[in-house]
Amino acid sequence: MTPVLDLDEVTLLHGDGEDMVTALDHVTLSVDSGQMVAVVGPSGSGKSSLLAVAGALVTPTSGHVSLGGIDLTTATRRQLSRIRRERLGFVFQSGNLIPALTASDQVRLPLTFGKVKNPRDPRALLEEVGMGHKADRRPHQLSGGERQRVGIARALVTRPHVLLVDEPTAALDRQRSQDVVALLAREAHQHGVATVMVTHDHDVLHHCDEVYEMIDGKLVVTSRA
Amino acid sequence: MFLALRELIFARGRFALMGLVVALIAMLMVLLSGLSVGLANDGVSGLQRLPVTSLAFQKNVAKDSAFTRSVVSRDAVATLAAQDGVSEAAPLGTTLVNARSGRGLEIDLALFGVEPGSFIDPVVATGSRLGQAADEVVISATAAESGIELGDVLTVEPLGTKLRVVGIMSAQNTFGHVEVGYLPLRTWQEIRAGVQPGDAVPARVYTDVTAIAVAAEQGARVDLAAGDNAAGTTSMTKQESYGASPGYTAETSTLQMIEAFLYVISALVVGAFFTVLTIQRKQEIAVMRAMGASTRYLLRDSIVQSVVLLVTSTGVGIGLGLAAGAAISSSPMPFALEGGPIAVAALLMVALGVVGAAVAVLRIARVDPLIALGGNR
Repeated sequence: MTPVLDLDEVTLLHGDGEDMVTALDHVTLSVDSGQMVAVVGPSGSGKSSLLAVAGALVTPTSGHVSLGGIDLTTATRRQLSRIRRERLGFVFQSGNLIPALTASDQVRLPLTFGKVKNPRDPRALLEEVGMGHKADRRPHQLSGGERQRVGIARALVTRPHVLLVDEPTAALDRQRSQDVVALLAREAHQHGVATVMVTHDHDVLHHCDEVYEMIDGKLVVTSRA
Repeated sequence: MFLALRELIFARGRFALMGLVVALIAMLMVLLSGLSVGLANDGVSGLQRLPVTSLAFQKNVAKDSAFTRSVVSRDAVATLAAQDGVSEAAPLGTTLVNARSGRGLEIDLALFGVEPGSFIDPVVATGSRLGQAADEVVISATAAESGIELGDVLTVEPLGTKLRVVGIMSAQNTFGHVEVGYLPLRTWQEIRAGVQPGDAVPARVYTDVTAIAVAAEQGARVDLAAGDNAAGTTSMTKQESYGASPGYTAETSTLQMIEAFLYVISALVVGAFFTVLTIQRKQEIAVMRAMGASTRYLLRDSIVQSVVLLVTSTGVGIGLGLAAGAAISSSPMPFALEGGPIAVAALLMVALGVVGAAVAVLRIARVDPLIALGGNR
């Protein structure tokens, strides 16, 4: 079976001349449906660049990125917008929720961007991430962990093929970090979402199927389940 | 729509404050427009209501004071009436005098001398039109409001010429902020020449008038230059002649400048507000871009927001302006509300605001969705 997300020999250079930085150095990564992989590494090692390239936010300098068989490096701007809307889910640091929206509206927001085939029920999804009882609260009335759960529900409502998660535990204490990552792993396994999580929190890696380490733009496998 | 309306409600304090500013600007626009229309009416409504298309003044008369300086022989009437496309021509005399009513009321009058029965002889709402008697005068409706009544006898100072009010026109007829009184041309010529009652009047007094009023045939274009060449006059269209009435150009250009500045200021204020608002939303917009929202979605959202804000607050402002205007109208201040200028001002304000909002969003919509990944919020 072909992987849902496939990065093949991807290189990304920032800046030019003397200041040229190699953010990604011939990175190859495949993630299957329902698989959860973690990428760890020090700050500035290129973890965020990996997500940006996989999420069609940045076009790599060389190499190919394909998502469900579509080559992102040759797609148009409009196609990319659509792929992000229909096939990708993003979970950002500390949720990045919209201040004006209640938890249930946060989850409904991606469905207003355009037609989405067979979306999940926002209410039920909010229950599933354990936020059903706070559906009418706005971000400033929620704790960091609660915001992150709402952010996860928002990313999953369109039934994405791939979920990209950026430092989900950066602002959370130990117990909440465990809960949030366990939730991500459960969603990945139950709903067949290929999940890539970037983190520097080594305590949550046991939830993941595969763990990679990023060092100076190079990706190496450190453990495989 | 989904996000726009929820944000309006969420940030209602901020939007209400902005709405208040827009409403106050709209109110100021209504008041200024009322003032400028009122002033223009006060200055030239007597000319606006003349059924003429152009006026022929003395050759090369100073354009800004033609009504007070011009002297034309009434012989020019026949020459001008014979021009192509002219349906009628008639002599007109204008002069400003002080008068006193029989009951001691002092009034400034702009005396318009016309030949009774000519096409510029005014129609009256009450009383009768100018007849054969030399001492008749027909006055503006606004003169009647200030206390002059039918049958009053007005004495022109200091000559002592007596004029009997026989008719009152239906609307405001003022000229240079002074009430217009129409009287027979011969009487006007005597007053103009300083003839006192009982004096022997030399015949040449009856030859000079201020201007020749010309009406074109329906839809016809009159060659004004040709008429001027033939009659030895300088013609102005009715519109142009407003500029020749006392103080008109100075007053209207001052107000127009204030209005123009107000438009520019309101565009900048509204544009700047939406720019700041949008910049504050930069992170949020980057997140939505990363989630797959199109530029069109973001633009539509922002425009809905600005239209709701602008239309509501402009509406409130116009309401307040009309209420304040009604109060001012009952005072002696020259003030008149007209739908046209207010509608144009309101539309312009909403349009400028929407453009400001759209430009702000378009600039931000190009934002790199990558910001969403880097942010620490």
